Amino acid sequence: MVAETQHVHGLGEAYKRKEDARFIRGQGNYVDDVQLPGMLYGDIVRSPYAHALIKSIDISKALEVPGVLAVVTGRDLDAAGLAWMPTLSADTEAVLALDRVHYQMQEVAFVVATSRYAAADGVEAVEVDYEPLPVLIDAKKARDPDAPLLRPDKQDRQPTNHIYHWETGDRADTDAAFAEAEANGVVVSQDMYVPRIHPAPIETCGCVADYRAATGKLTVWMTSQAPHAHRTLFAIVAGLPEHRIRVISPDIGGGFGNKVPIYPGYVCAVVASLKTGHPVKWIEDRTENLSSTGFGRDYHIHAEIASDKAGNVQALRVSTLADHGAFDAAAQPTKFPAGLFHICTGSYDFKNAFVEVDAVHTNKAPGGIAYRCSFRVTEASYLIERTMDTLAHNLGKDPAELRLQNFIQPEAFPYRSALNWTYDSGDYEGALRLAMRNVGYEALRREQAEKRARGELMGIGISSFTEIVGAGPGKHFDIAGIQMFDSCEIRVHPTGKILARIGVQTQGQGHETTFAQIIAAELGMSPDDVDVEHGDTDTAPYGLGTYASRSTPVSGAATALAARKVRDKAKKIASYLLEVGEEDLEWEPGRFYVKGSPDKGKTIQELAFAAYTNCPPYLEPGLEAVNYYDPPNLTYPFGSYICIVDIDRGTGQIHIRRFMAVDDCGTIINPMIVEGQIHGGLTQGLAPAMYEELAYDENGNLLSGSFQDYLIPTSMETPHWETDRTVTPSPHHPIGAKGVGESPTVGAPQAIVNAVVDALAHVGVRHIDMPLSPWKVWGLLKEHGLATD
Amino acid sequence: MSKHTIHVTINGTAYEGTVEARTLLVHWLRDDLRLTGTHIGCDTSACGACTILVDGKATKSCTMFAVQADGRSLQTVEGLEQNGQLHPLQEAFHEKHALQCGYCTPGMMMTGLALLQGNPNPTEEEVRVGISGNLCRCTGYVNIVKAIQSAGEKIREAEKSPVTAGEGGGE
Repeated sequence: MVAETQHVHGLGEAYKRKEDARFIRGQGNYVDDVQLPGMLYGDIVRSPYAHALIKSIDISKALEVPGVLAVVTGRDLDAAGLAWMPTLSADTEAVLALDRVHYQMQEVAFVVATSRYAAADGVEAVEVDYEPLPVLIDAKKARDPDAPLLRPDKQDRQPTNHIYHWETGDRADTDAAFAEAEANGVVVSQDMYVPRIHPAPIETCGCVADYRAATGKLTVWMTSQAPHAHRTLFAIVAGLPEHRIRVISPDIGGGFGNKVPIYPGYVCAVVASLKTGHPVKWIEDRTENLSSTGFGRDYHIHAEIASDKAGNVQALRVSTLADHGAFDAAAQPTKFPAGLFHICTGSYDFKNAFVEVDAVHTNKAPGGIAYRCSFRVTEASYLIERTMDTLAHNLGKDPAELRLQNFIQPEAFPYRSALNWTYDSGDYEGALRLAMRNVGYEALRREQAEKRARGELMGIGISSFTEIVGAGPGKHFDIAGIQMFDSCEIRVHPTGKILARIGVQTQGQGHETTFAQIIAAELGMSPDDVDVEHGDTDTAPYGLGTYASRSTPVSGAATALAARKVRDKAKKIASYLLEVGEEDLEWEPGRFYVKGSPDKGKTIQELAFAAYTNCPPYLEPGLEAVNYYDPPNLTYPFGSYICIVDIDRGTGQIHIRRFMAVDDCGTIINPMIVEGQIHGGLTQGLAPAMYEELAYDENGNLLSGSFQDYLIPTSMETPHWETDRTVTPSPHHPIGAKGVGESPTVGAPQAIVNAVVDALAHVGVRHIDMPLSPWKVWGLLKEHGLATD
Repeated sequence: MSKHTIHVTINGTAYEGTVEARTLLVHWLRDDLRLTGTHIGCDTSACGACTILVDGKATKSCTMFAVQADGRSLQTVEGLEQNGQLHPLQEAFHEKHALQCGYCTPGMMMTGLALLQGNPNPTEEEVRVGISGNLCRCTGYVNIVKAIQSAGEKIREAEKSPVTAGEGGGE
């Protein structure tokens, strides 16, 4: 068995994606593509009211609808102990409402029928009698004495709408630094609202639940970003034996955090399959997706910076009101109810900082999840980058200069922040200077000054963000108690071809390609010879899933280390076959050879074959390895973005002239895929900055519950993104990679807002809340006498 | 609910089906014919994931009833590859990394096909206008625009050399 030497498309190569072959042929297998014999369809009766008592539910007419087989209500679930389920944040959420609905579109009953259309007919025929209650939508009024109590079900442990207070940092030292700055320096403060938005993957959520009484096995195909964690939760909540639950997350049409939680529809489909003995499919429509599943953000932030008069920042103080909606269904690690919000000192060397967050209930959909963001980093980065610009404008300093003056310096890493994070590596000045060079920053500032003199509005916005991704370590990070490690299993077949299975799950990130490249690089073989599988809990090793940019930092590390275990064993086999000690062997990509005799060697393929045919008697036969990796620290990707805008004084319309994104995600596995991730992430940063918001009226009606009014950027709104990179590897990751998927979503919004504010800073504008609609901007132009006819 | 028998040509093959009057074309394609490459992403004809060609015209198949397709010729993503040869659009989407999760991809390629049939050499702006009815949440469109332009180039090259297979169509 002699393998040919093949070109290694290892780290750093723009290897074309393996998964494309099925997608470009229309042969992907998404959840709604699953069709089983005898399959039934579920559809959900939802509340038209944001807050109401349920007086009665009459299902009799629905049961007469042709094709309708059953209607499940909260009472039915209650009898089985399943009316409530735990959220990912120590709250409980109604699967189907019992006597009260808490938000518009909350789940009230589940209709099971022989077709999609019959199920929808059944939903229309269910009669629910509601008694509307006073509605609370404004989070700032949630703690008023006359505010309606939204959660009497947990009144014993939470007597008001206030869910938690959380704080970190040194309050006394921070206050002292502010007192000093009040006396001898400068203090700036900024109120800002980060609006409620929705991940809105183009594929909505759904599942097919298939319980087989004969075997006692439950198989659930579901839109899951964390299939193993979901399997465990199903076992705990439903009391089913975990080895008889198989969660399959097949091809997923985008996740972005939306597919991390467990939703009532999944539970109802499982119950319906248990009840009917048939497979049951439940697929959301778009309105259901936008109005009831995990939203992101909804933070009301007050941020202050204390600085000396020269602009050297001293302290950061932040207080925040978090709107979690009707149920606290935030997807956060247990220890951190506000996620990693305390990364908010960002890229700057603050000596003191203090952060506090208070969370409340409102009659809005439950959440909030980490929408393409590592647990509230987006809100954190937004507040620091916005407030730094406020400081720059108040001091009359160039925002770039203020940043350069306050950056954590490269030699300070590993850097311990005032809020106790240990940043692994960074070169913030390098990234900003590259971005400035790429756009011709000085010339742009001159152009801006000339335009201002002519009455034209042009702005330049900078965002020099620091991310924090790759959760664990397991001792600090968990989902419902399960520690955030991740895994990889590698099987090398006798002919040298590899099947690898990973604990994370792709929703478009290209794991089947990049993880094959990691193995290819470690073993010196072509990624063509490595297939990567994921998403099936019966076959993949346990893992915590893909979100928070954790796949490459955690499962990617496990993959590199598993491949090194394979290589270590191959070395022992080589030593046996070549009759030399292991210390006399050298590795070159794909091959061990005897030191000093390069022609005397064995390829990895020959060694794999020997592992099954001529294994040393003192070794176990076969060539496989598993690694479970608990990272020692998080990784800290970073970047500097510069956005240049022109504003139409007649309409308030913002034109993004250029957007330059310089990212540093450490070692790059596949630059093509990294660039694609950045393009997509930037677009999801543009979206909240200018277009998207889940807005409610005072009665709790969602005003943007479809793609007609929840405005995902199209090709017309999206600029031609420009990208560049610096590379600062993570010192603690086996291949130096940091993760990239979320950096652009985190970094982009404030670059755009900063640009628009910069265009208006000369007339005293310091802040505009997102989304920056032409109407809002035009109002400001009018207010400041800048609007033209 | 009244039932209707329809005759539709899809990717060159004749199909007969019996459908309720209210059955959406996209549901008939996906659930009855199991042509699941055509996807559903919204319920307001906004996302374009279900785009197919109806008599050569790009059409969101959620905006038509199956009965309205009676007697017509449809083309779906499954018809792009011919005799084991990928369509230039499929090649270009792969080469230019114009897809990530793959969910909008079939609709995007079918819209691109209609666009290139009317304008084989589109500018970036013309492609952006052409695909503005198709939402993508992953790619930021930059590479999709490049892929459609690249496919146009491939098609123009192929037409210069008569040996190479050209655009997809009937069998």
